[in-house]
Amino acid sequence: MSESLEEYSAGLEALAKKLGLDYYPVDFELAPASLMTEIAVYGLPVRMPHWSFGVRYIHQLVRQSMGHSRIFEVMFPGDPCHAYLMDGNTIAENTLVTAHVLGHADFSKNNALFARFHEQAGANIIEMAAAHAHRIQQAIDEVGTERVEAVLDAALALESHVDMDKELHRELYPTRADAKKDAKKDAFQQRFDKLPEAQPAQAAEAPEHPQRLKVPPHLEYDLLWFIAHYAPDLEQWERDIFLSVRAESLYFYPVFACQIMNEGWASYWHARLLREAEFLPQPLYLSAIKAHSDVVRPFAADEQTALQVNPYHLGFTLWERIVEQRGMDESRRICKEEDDFGFVRNYLDRELAEKLELFAFEAKNDGEIRVVTRDLNAIREAILAPKFNYGAPRIAVTELRQDGTLVLAHDHATDGRGLDVTRGNRVIQYIRRVWRRPVRLNTVDSRGEPHELSA
Amino acid sequence: MTDQPGSKPPPSRPSRIAAETPWYELFSRGARDWLRHNQKVREAVRGKLPELLTGGDLITRPENRTVLVPVKFLEHARFRLLDPGAQGGAGQGKGEAGQVLQPGSDESDKAQGGAGTEDGEVRFVLELKVDEIVDWLWEELKLPDLKPKRSASLDDPDYVREGWDKRGAHSRLDRRRTVREAVKRRAMQEAPIPFVNEDLRFRQLVRRATPALNAAVIFALDVSGSMQEAERKLAKTFFFFALQGIRRQYPKVETVFLAHTVDAWEFQEEQFFQVAGGGGTVASSVLRLAKDMLEKRFDPSRYNAYLFYASDGENASEDREAAGALLEELAGKINFTGYVQTDGSAYRPSETQMIELFRALQDKGLAAASARLASMDDVWNAIREFFSEEAQQAA
Repeated sequence: MSESLEEYSAGLEALAKKLGLDYYPVDFELAPASLMTEIAVYGLPVRMPHWSFGVRYIHQLVRQSMGHSRIFEVMFPGDPCHAYLMDGNTIAENTLVTAHVLGHADFSKNNALFARFHEQAGANIIEMAAAHAHRIQQAIDEVGTERVEAVLDAALALESHVDMDKELHRELYPTRADAKKDAKKDAFQQRFDKLPEAQPAQAAEAPEHPQRLKVPPHLEYDLLWFIAHYAPDLEQWERDIFLSVRAESLYFYPVFACQIMNEGWASYWHARLLREAEFLPQPLYLSAIKAHSDVVRPFAADEQTALQVNPYHLGFTLWERIVEQRGMDESRRICKEEDDFGFVRNYLDRELAEKLELFAFEAKNDGEIRVVTRDLNAIREAILAPKFNYGAPRIAVTELRQDGTLVLAHDHATDGRGLDVTRGNRVIQYIRRVWRRPVRLNTVDSRGEPHELSA
Repeated sequence: MTDQPGSKPPPSRPSRIAAETPWYELFSRGARDWLRHNQKVREAVRGKLPELLTGGDLITRPENRTVLVPVKFLEHARFRLLDPGAQGGAGQGKGEAGQVLQPGSDESDKAQGGAGTEDGEVRFVLELKVDEIVDWLWEELKLPDLKPKRSASLDDPDYVREGWDKRGAHSRLDRRRTVREAVKRRAMQEAPIPFVNEDLRFRQLVRRATPALNAAVIFALDVSGSMQEAERKLAKTFFFFALQGIRRQYPKVETVFLAHTVDAWEFQEEQFFQVAGGGGTVASSVLRLAKDMLEKRFDPSRYNAYLFYASDGENASEDREAAGALLEELAGKINFTGYVQTDGSAYRPSETQMIELFRALQDKGLAAASARLASMDDVWNAIREFFSEEAQQAA
């Protein structure tokens, strides 16, 4: 790391503190392009091995070699945060990136979704993921690649099927109607009761006809958690894999659900910090601002339209206006309380949509692409549609039958249509291999008629 | 879960910039998982081996030959909604509601050069070594390895390393043994010098007879009018795998391609399967030619010879005796004779003349076998049968 970058980043941090940014310390690291590519693919510097990452890796290499994708930085929230800067970038670019990372660090300490995961999972996601990867490697050494891969096929296919409103460490369902009494027992007694040997004694104490409660007692959208804890013959290492994937998925959720806000906030702050950092040499400031406008732009220089909305551009524009119109205190409140759904629905208004020339489009399978509308609500929903339910169809466990059959239901009414049958069947087969009992999934076919997938 | 909230470091610690820590240079996770993906693709391709090997002139030149197989990336399935026929999205830029940004195209255009937008459309080419494919097949079919003829007359003289001497060419100096001698000597002497000439040991060569590892394979094919495209393809596939099996065992394999109708001729492989003849079928013509070849080119005492004959089973009835006699003579000299009757889709009587002739050979205890091929699946059965038979005979 060059001395000047160190000097600039110290200056930027002092300025950030002065302007009221509140964040855990950030450990910066200069990383080679190869590691940056891997982080883009895996989402984390060290993550469990799976062949599907290999496919993404090749896609990413191709995109990069064609110049379609360039990675500037990756930042992992925590205490301390970890930020990786690309060692091949210029000092001007990395100065900009440093300021950008400070914006992310502030956002991730204060935003409620991030703070909640931080509180539940602890300070260091990178080490957590590396520990998962290590344990999975141990499992591979013990039982072989094929068996571990079968479990990962299922767990990673269900990666998005977690219940974001539930805690990282969830209690099992109460098993008996009078289980509420157990809540009054102290923590030790509760844990003692969970010991395998303690179970029969407890059952003997129970009323003569204890009422078995239905499992699950309600629609259960946390498929990874449910399978981890209720699969009939799951082995410990298999449960461990499911829970590892779930923990990482819960970590990724705030990043996913706040992308526009988070990138916008970081872009707002890197622009402002650079603007107010009088210690930066003028040429460096100009190059950094040039890099800024490359990142925060709606479409490539030679294009007139874009068929996607650049989250950096949208978020940046929204935050600039919110700060301008409502002041910094109100902005920090929004930053804390909203995610992208609230952010876009509450603060993307007609005036801004017109200024940004946003539209909703439709791309048909024959290649025709048509502007459908410039209606504000339609635009908002088109922006948010890929984010609903973590980007996955809504699928819940409805029943665990006596014979061990797992019954799933797809909420096709909410999703608007049924499931892709080929892929659905393959996922059901992945699940079947770890569930080890029949698996059924109810959805509708292309005509809207009930259709059951089973394995 | 063992992920418990970690203990917090002192909160006032300043941010810092680390010196480069090159742990991640040590291995590439992306490359590791990409290799695993490719391995899975290869496993998936194993199921479709026969279709991969139908091209060109694979038989005569398979050394380091590869087959290029276009394959899709494997897709890790996830739950997805049905394709709605149109994708919605949010965009940015000029344009009125209803304006077409990109016109649709006809299906025909799309089929020609349309860029696939689905993830599953991405293809890459997998290069498979023919040897590798054959190895898989042998594993899958659980075939035994062939054994060279156990006959003293088959021995080839060769030089082999044997023994040591104190004199010899420098190129054959055995350093390890020389040092050992020196160490022994030094242990005995009071003021030893490191090496003396007496320490030197040289490897010696001796002329020894070794089993011949040359093989000759004669392929004979009936090209009369009754052998249609489908029949030839079956024969070709069978020949290919039979040859591969032999090639696994012998370092040097020579091939001969003979085609016949009423007469028989020798061909190069390239033309061999294109040859079309007319008229009747006289099997003795090709058997006589094969016998000539054996006598002139492939001395049975120097070569492990194999004959594979493919026809549709019909043979001129007046040729039966001549063919039978020639077959018997051939079968006595060579390692193995195999006959495949390519039925294809056409109806054939269950007992054709050639099948009967080969059965007679087997009854006499000669190394011969016959099989009928109606479809590609039968090729595997025939290969399995022939090679198991051959292994038994040789044992």
